[in-house]
Order: sequence, then C-alpha cells, then structure tokens
Amino acid sequence: MSDVMVFAENNGNKIHPVSYELLGKGKELADKLGGELTAALLSGTSLPAGELIERGADRVYRGTAERLAEPIESSYREVLVQVIEEANPEVILIGATNFGRSLAPRVAMALDTSLTADCTGLDIDEEKNFVQIRPAFSGNILAHIKSRTSPQLATVRYRVFPEAGIEEGKEGEVIDVELSLGGEDTKQVEVLEERRGKKVNLEDAEVVVAAGRGLKKEEDFELIEDLASFFDGKVGASRPLVDDGWIGRAHQVGYSGRRVKPRIYIACGISGQSQHLAGMKDSDMIIAINSDPSAPIFDYADYGLVGDLYEVVPELTRQLKGE
Amino acid sequence: MPEPTYIVLIKQVPDMDEVEFDYEEGRVDRSSAPLEPNPFDLNALEEAVKYKEELGGEVLAISMGPKQAESTLKDAIARGADEGILLHGREFAGSDTWATSLALAHAIETAGSCDIIFAGEKTVDGDTGQVGPEVAEYLDIPHVAFVSDVTKRGEKEIQVESETWGATYLKSMNLPGLITVTKDVNEPRLPSFKDKQRARKAEITTWGIDDISIDPDNLGVTGSPTRVANMEVPPPEERESLILREDPGNSVNQLLEKLDLGREN
Ligand SMILES: Cc1cc2nc3c(=O)[nH]c(=O)nc-3n(C[C@H](O)[C@H](O)[C@H](O)COP(=O)(O)OP(=O)(O)OC[C@H]3O[C@@H](n4cnc5c(N)ncnc54)[C@H](O)[C@@H]3O)c2cc1C
Ligand SMILES: Nc1ncnc2c1ncn2[C@@H]1O[C@H](COP(=O)(O)O)[C@@H](O)[C@H]1O
Repeated sequence: MSDVMVFAENNGNKIHPVSYELLGKGKELADKLGGELTAALLSGTSLPAGELIERGADRVYRGTAERLAEPIESSYREVLVQVIEEANPEVILIGATNFGRSLAPRVAMALDTSLTADCTGLDIDEEKNFVQIRPAFSGNILAHIKSRTSPQLATVRYRVFPEAGIEEGKEGEVIDVELSLGGEDTKQVEVLEERRGKKVNLEDAEVVVAAGRGLKKEEDFELIEDLASFFDGKVGASRPLVDDGWIGRAHQVGYSGRRVKPRIYIACGISGQSQHLAGMKDSDMIIAINSDPSAPIFDYADYGLVGDLYEVVPELTRQLKGE
Repeated sequence: MPEPTYIVLIKQVPDMDEVEFDYEEGRVDRSSAPLEPNPFDLNALEEAVKYKEELGGEVLAISMGPKQAESTLKDAIARGADEGILLHGREFAGSDTWATSLALAHAIETAGSCDIIFAGEKTVDGDTGQVGPEVAEYLDIPHVAFVSDVTKRGEKEIQVESETWGATYLKSMNLPGLITVTKDVNEPRLPSFKDKQRARKAEITTWGIDDISIDPDNLGVTGSPTRVANMEVPPPEERESLILREDPGNSVNQLLEKLDLGREN
C-alpha cells in the first residue's frame, strides 16, 4: 500500500504527454513512500506499454475494451476502479485535462476517498503524508492539502512537471487485465460525432499570438495570423472576441478558456485582466503590444511595446521576415 | 406524466475582482468583497431555464452555504428559477468537495424526482470542478462535463457538445443525468426590474441535516477526506519589463535586437 499509480490518458492512438510528466513526479513520490511506480493503460485498442516502462513504470496494468475508444467517463470509471482494486496503490495521479478532471471525481466518489484537483505541486512530507499543492481562488492562492482516506487521488496540471526521461531497455512487468465492462450505466452516454475539424491544440503551441479588444474588426485577425504564421505558432484571443463570434472558442486563452505555457506569448491589444492572465502568465516569455502605457498587461510582460497594434504588429512581421 | 424537474447547483462566491488577498498573512479576506452567484452557475441556470421554456417543467435552484446565500437563490429566481433551497447549518461548514457533493446529492434526493441536474464547470473560489461529477456518481446517473453547447433538448435524452480529448464531441445522454457547463454554452439573461421585485419577496426554503437525512459525521471538517493543511498567498508574479515607446519601426527593431528572434527560425 505504498505504490503510486499513474493513469495513462490516451485517445486510442497516443498517450497524452501529461502521463509522462506524471511518471517523472510519480517515481519521486514512490521512492519517498518506499513503493513502486505503476501505470494504468486503458484503451479501446491495445497500446504498447514499453514507453511507460522506459519512462519509469515498474508495472503496467494494461486493459482494453471496445467502449474505451470513446471518451465516456462512466466506462473508464468502471475499469479504473477495477484496476485500482487489483493494484492497490496508495496514491493515484491523473492528468488535469478536461477528461481527467471529469473522470477523477467519479472514481473518488465511487471509492469514497479523497481527491485534490488541478495540483501544481506534490510531495511526501517527513511523516510520509502525501502533500498536494493547488491553486484556488482563481489562481490567487496556493492551498496545501492532505488527505485522511486511502487511496489518495490527485489530478495534476499539464506542463508543470518535466517529462520523465527515457531509459532505453529498462525492464518492467506488463499485467494484462481482463476488464469486465458490463454496467448498464456505461451505455447511458453515447458519442454521436467527433468534431475533429474544430480541434486547435493551443496548449501544445510553442508560440501563441493573441488578440484582444484592441482589434477592431474580425477581418483584422489576418494581421495576427500573419505574425503567428512566421513562428509557425497558433492564434489566441481574449474572451470578448470569442463571445462576439470572431474566432472559435478553442482559441480563448484564460481562466474559462485554455491555459497555455508557450515559449513566446504575444498579447496584442489585450488589457491584462486577471482572468486573461490566469491562462498565460506562466509563458516563458511574454511580449505585450498595447496603446495604453498603463495597461496592466505591461506588469506581466518581459517586453512591452507601447503603440497602435495596427502599426506595431505589421512592422514586427515585416522586420521578422527581413523585409 | 409529471412535469419535468430541472435542478441547478449554484454557489455564492466572492466577486474575484474585488476580493483582497493578504500576502503577508497568507489569508483571503472574504469579507472584503461583495458576494455574487458563481459566474459559471449562471450559465447552468440559463440552460435549465431554456429547457423549461422548450419543454415545460420546474427549475429548482439548490445552494449549500451561509445564510447570506439566500440572496444568490433569490437572484436565481429573478433569472427564471421557480424555487430556491438553501442547505444551511454549522454541520455543513468546512466541507470539502466530497462532503459537499454528498450533501447536495442528499438534497436532490429529498427534493424528489429530477430529470436533469445543471452545474457549473467550476467555482471561482473552490476552483475544482469536482462537485458536479461527484454528485452524479453518488446518484448513480450519467454526466457529461465541459458542455459548450446544448444541441437538442429532449424528454428522455439530451444532446450536447463537450470539450474533451482535445476535440469537440457531440454526445447524447439518457436522462436523468447531469451536465457541467462552460461559459461558452450561452449568454445568461439579465433579470428585469420586475423580476427582481418579484424575487425579493420569494420564500427560500432552508434545509438542515435532519431535513435531508444525512449523517453529520460525513460533513464539515470531520467528514471531509481532505483538509487544507496550510495556505499560501503568493504575490502576483510581475515581470521586470522593458518598455519600448518609440515609433513602431524603432521599437520593433530594439525588440528584435534584444531577442534575436529572427535568427532562431
Ligand atoms: C468568470 C470569468 C471568466 C473569464 N474568463 C476569461 C478568459 O478565459 N479569458 C479572457 O480573456 N477573459 C476572461 N474573462 C473576461 C475578463 O475579465 C476581461 O473582460 C477580458 O479579458 C478583457 O479582454 P481584453 O483585454 O481583450 O479587452 P479590454 O479589457 O477591453 O482591453 C482592450 C485593450 O486593448 C487596448 N487597445 C485598444 N486599441 C488598441 C490599438 N489600436 N492598439 C493596441 N492596443 C489597443 C486597450 O488599451 C486595452 O488595454 C472572464 C471573466 C469572468 C467574470
Ligand atoms: N456549496 C455549493 N452549493 C451549490 N452548488 C455547488 C456548491 N459547490 C459547488 N457547487 C456546484 O458544483 C460546481 C463545481 O464546483 P467546484 O467543484 O467547487 O469547482 C459549481 O459550479 C456548482 O454548480
């Protein structure tokens, strides 16, 4: 009862990279607890377990069931509970993706145990307590949480911990679990369609160029796109532009949108309200372009250009292209 | 057929733009800010009211919290809810999401049959998004989280778009079931002056632990599986910024010299 289990989220083709980050942190926790690191690899079609082992897992519990090919929480809840009961871990780490944040509470309630959401820090203290650190109050405070039930579940934010490195040829055990997925309740939700077309993975972008209310017309997104395309980056937006339907909601950066952590974030005509900052303030480098020198965004930027975005953005694109 | 019942879970929270954080003491001064309904829960309420407008039925708003939360329930009535129920009592104070979900689920069972439960994506203070799915699990009903659009409102089934696995999925869910909604799902209506007047006079039902037959050992600080060991209020991370205010050509030139951005590509 001192093992750490990582839920290896996947969409049937690819393991979500947050799982590799969890393996890195999970190993450290397992060592401190004197236990082993395990992973639960549950999917619609069988996925190779090797990389989970090479990235630190001592044991992989692997199970497939057709219904797991779709993101339906009740199916996953049923089989994850089964695997947890078989492996008996003390700590269970789940990525704080939308899927993880929707699945974990069902598992915690099913097991009548503790769950801490969206952690950004994890440790084991001297008394071997699992300490979970998480932002609350819209990211304004950090709460240190301890649990008094077992097992202890936590969802963990993507891109906070580094990915575990690969140790080629590392050995580990793969346990193929016979899943029983019979519950009627797993059929209560059905996927009718996957709208892949809308997919914009802002979270994975290396460069994000975002526009705010400083943009005057929908067509002017072209300026933003031109700059983004120089970096092969993605276009983001503050909420008002999304509300006006100028750009899809998948592009919204902020507290109620995406949380991004790119190498470079360029904010164009964005004032820097706390709800926007919540989604981008951890970017490696922030460049702000705003005509108002007192705009709060400048306090959170590494470089601030005071000026009209209609002049500055095209000029930046032009000079970058070496024109 | 009885009329359908829609339940909205709504929490009263401090206005995040006004609340003060004490960096030295590591405290949140909750009294510093006016209280308001959790913004995401207004989207949940709006969705319930839309359902009622299309298919008839009753909207019941349930909140667990201090006495002042009555005003949030009155606000919900002004915005289209038919009734408000407040779970209140010292036994509830200090509950974590597990205990909160248990209490809300007991209240839902006490209220009688219900077709759809609407919750917000998360609260701006607790910030977990756990309560909705935990309530659904306890009640043994299906749920869909992060709903960004409701595309079909039926009596036995609801169709929604949900953001998950890095894409948008169109899903149908059998009822009874629960959804948690994002801010994108709708634009909550503003109550009219008349609606506010009417709501001010509305009676809010208050339930304590005996009304929902819940064991107090499962509530509050003692009943919660997690506890806050301590709290930090890190000061906002401002950056040392280099501000360039010359004409665009020069500013951009200086920026690029500092950055070497061009050469990386
Ligand atoms: C619960 C909740 C959740 C929220 N979630 C989000 C979220 O996820 N994301 C989000 O972005 N917001 C969110 N908001 C809204 C947020 O509070 C702000 O309203 C929003 O971020 C403001 O967007 P903005 O900076 O584009 O607009 P504004 O605040 O209007 O700022 C526009 C800026 O553009 C500048 N400007 C104008 N013209 C020019 C020009 N020609 N050149 C250069 N600069 C110019 C102005 O000086 C100004 O600073 C949320 C709010 C709530 C209550
Ligand atoms: N005390 C409460 N009373 C009523 N509803 C709540 C309460 N706490 C949470 N909720 C509901 O659960 C959702 C998620 O809350 P949370 O898990 O605190 O982020 C909220 O948007 C509400 O719909």
